[in-house]
Amino acid sequence: MNAQSAALKSKEEIMDKLVKQEVISGSEILLRSLVLEGAECVFGYPGGAVLYIYDAMHGYSDFNHLLTRHEQGAIHAADGYARASGKVGVCIATSGPGATNLVTGIATAYMDSVPLVIITGNVATTAIGTDAFQEADITGITMPITKHSYLVRNVEDLPRVIHEAFYIANTGRKGPVLIDIPKDVSAQTALFQPVTEVNIRGYNPTVHPNKLQVDKMLKAIVEAERPVILAGGGVVYSGGHEELLEFITKTQIPVTTTLLGLGAYPSGEELWMGMPGMHGTYTANMAIQSADLLINIGARFDDRVTMKLQGFAPQARIVHIDIDPAEIGKNVPTEIPIVGDIKTVLQLANREAQPAAKADAWRRQVQEWKQAKPLKYIDSDTVLKPQWVIEMIHETTGGEAIVTTDVGQHQMWAAQYYRFNQPRSWITSGGLGTMGFGFPSAIGAQMACPDRVVVSINGDGGMQMCAQELAICAINNIPVKVAIINNQVLGMVRQWQEIIYDNRYSHIDLAGSPDFVKLAEAYGVKGFRATGKEDARAVWEEALRHPGPAVVEFVVRKDENVYPMVTQGNTIDAMIMGDSE
Amino acid sequence: MKKFTIAVLVNNQPGVLQRVSGLFGRRGFNIESITVGTSEEPGLSRMVIVTSGDDRTLERVSKQLYKLIDVIKVVDLSAHPMVGRELALIKVSAEPSARPEILGVVDTFRAAVVDIGSHTLMVQVVGDSDKIDAMVELLKPYGIRELSRTGVTAMMRGNAR
Repeated sequence: MNAQSAALKSKEEIMDKLVKQEVISGSEILLRSLVLEGAECVFGYPGGAVLYIYDAMHGYSDFNHLLTRHEQGAIHAADGYARASGKVGVCIATSGPGATNLVTGIATAYMDSVPLVIITGNVATTAIGTDAFQEADITGITMPITKHSYLVRNVEDLPRVIHEAFYIANTGRKGPVLIDIPKDVSAQTALFQPVTEVNIRGYNPTVHPNKLQVDKMLKAIVEAERPVILAGGGVVYSGGHEELLEFITKTQIPVTTTLLGLGAYPSGEELWMGMPGMHGTYTANMAIQSADLLINIGARFDDRVTMKLQGFAPQARIVHIDIDPAEIGKNVPTEIPIVGDIKTVLQLANREAQPAAKADAWRRQVQEWKQAKPLKYIDSDTVLKPQWVIEMIHETTGGEAIVTTDVGQHQMWAAQYYRFNQPRSWITSGGLGTMGFGFPSAIGAQMACPDRVVVSINGDGGMQMCAQELAICAINNIPVKVAIINNQVLGMVRQWQEIIYDNRYSHIDLAGSPDFVKLAEAYGVKGFRATGKEDARAVWEEALRHPGPAVVEFVVRKDENVYPMVTQGNTIDAMIMGDSE
Repeated sequence: MKKFTIAVLVNNQPGVLQRVSGLFGRRGFNIESITVGTSEEPGLSRMVIVTSGDDRTLERVSKQLYKLIDVIKVVDLSAHPMVGRELALIKVSAEPSARPEILGVVDTFRAAVVDIGSHTLMVQVVGDSDKIDAMVELLKPYGIRELSRTGVTAMMRGNAR
């Protein structure tokens, strides 16, 4: 796929060279350490403060470096890489504006617990604090949105810092770690000794749960008449999806998966109820509200899931399994807290898990809801419907694609109508809700998984927030298939203005957007447009057959809403069903 | 609203105070006072923070603090018998005629006069916050020119650590 891949040397050859103890520059220490940590693809953008680092990368082939067209594209790509692969995503930017352009991407990864190591340059240590050219206090700026950060003042510290950063990023509750390297530190030399052990006194994530708490949960399951499992992104991040399947097979408890939990449990299974919350299914929301036992596995009771907290799951005993103790009891009072790694907790639970035997009537009730009120939209033979487009994409990719999305209506429709059956196939900015994320994250996902079909579903708004990255798809022949659901407005804002603000449409018209086909072609990417059902399927299939990247614009009407919908201030059983009634 | 005094053992790293105080700010926790200094172990500092809220606040503060990599240990001192002390320097207007009276107050509080100006006295008082509040109240009528308090540092009583 990538011309540079073939040039990569064999692993052993690289390792022999890397662990050699010799005096090298901070920049070379960085590059060696990145490879030793398993980095295969790095996304970045050079500038004054990282010139030594990029000089060391001249002719370098131990990992791929993709030159994005904006630092925000680099960090979202690293994020997509991390979410698709489970490995740490890496990106590099220069000081000042390079670093501050990463901020949205760092916050995106922080909110969704994505492991990233972010390398920024800084002005020389002697210039720090003097308002030097392109100086920004990036460790200070990002303190609230990083799991940890380092400002490296001594070149000798670099190997340890980099090793710690990767370790911190990808253990416990995962998250972004920033390493700020002043220019003189990247130039100075030191004896390189690879670091393989970590000893961080203040950092010991609890992996193994308290067995007594797990037993309490198992007892509660046997006693429950209306149990529900709420599974979140933590299941995916811990690699615990098989354990979850086993747990549910054993306990026979209906399950709802949050936005980030989609794919943690196969959507075709009978006990799956869909997504809960603001745009969740009728079944999932009613089940939570009627439950007498709610087992949260790796979700954080986000406000888009719970909506009005008072009156959320009002009858339920709450069990909450999370690796981050700070999440337990943060939003919802919890009767049985279980702190630990989801996979480890479920392995332990599966040894003794018994079926929820008192819940036969409940399971029937859930099936009745599923049949009576499935997700629905009013389809049309004459008008292209966005939901239909998603279903068509699902069908033509056999449900096997990695799907990334931007934020807004198309994101919710993709979550609702692309039925996921495996983890790490759904990449979306859930917590921060970052527009501009959808397309560059797909580039990262494709770099991580070159053999899979990667589809990026975007709106016409978000696509314009990082469209410049079409260049790196074209240059490197990264075969991402970009779907743009073009409704000519900021759809989700329009929907809120229609429903909540009495049709007072304010600044949502995206007239003046480029011709997306021409935009794609301007970058050397194949472009398609569809306005009706028939040509939609035809051009989409052609795009899938095309060996390189492709952009397909689906022109849809603007007045389509996402249903069901729970408006703010209401409990999740107060759903506006709209067209889905 | 209850007052809590917590001791936070942290790595003595640049930026650690910013990490801790920033966390309080963005999570909406209140800081009544914060003191930092070296601890019994080289490389570690101890912060003593006085905050207020209910028991849930305390639990949230503690859990969030533990998420910081540079935080080693968090102890709720106020859950145990503890000694809490702060130091205040008070510059009070003191014409020569008023000085005997002021010195009387200083003696009673086992405080000390640490500097004398032509029209002022600088009083140093050590004690729990209530004692310092009381001292300040008593000196107010003479005219307080300047007041500087360290905030509380504290420790559990007995053999516990």
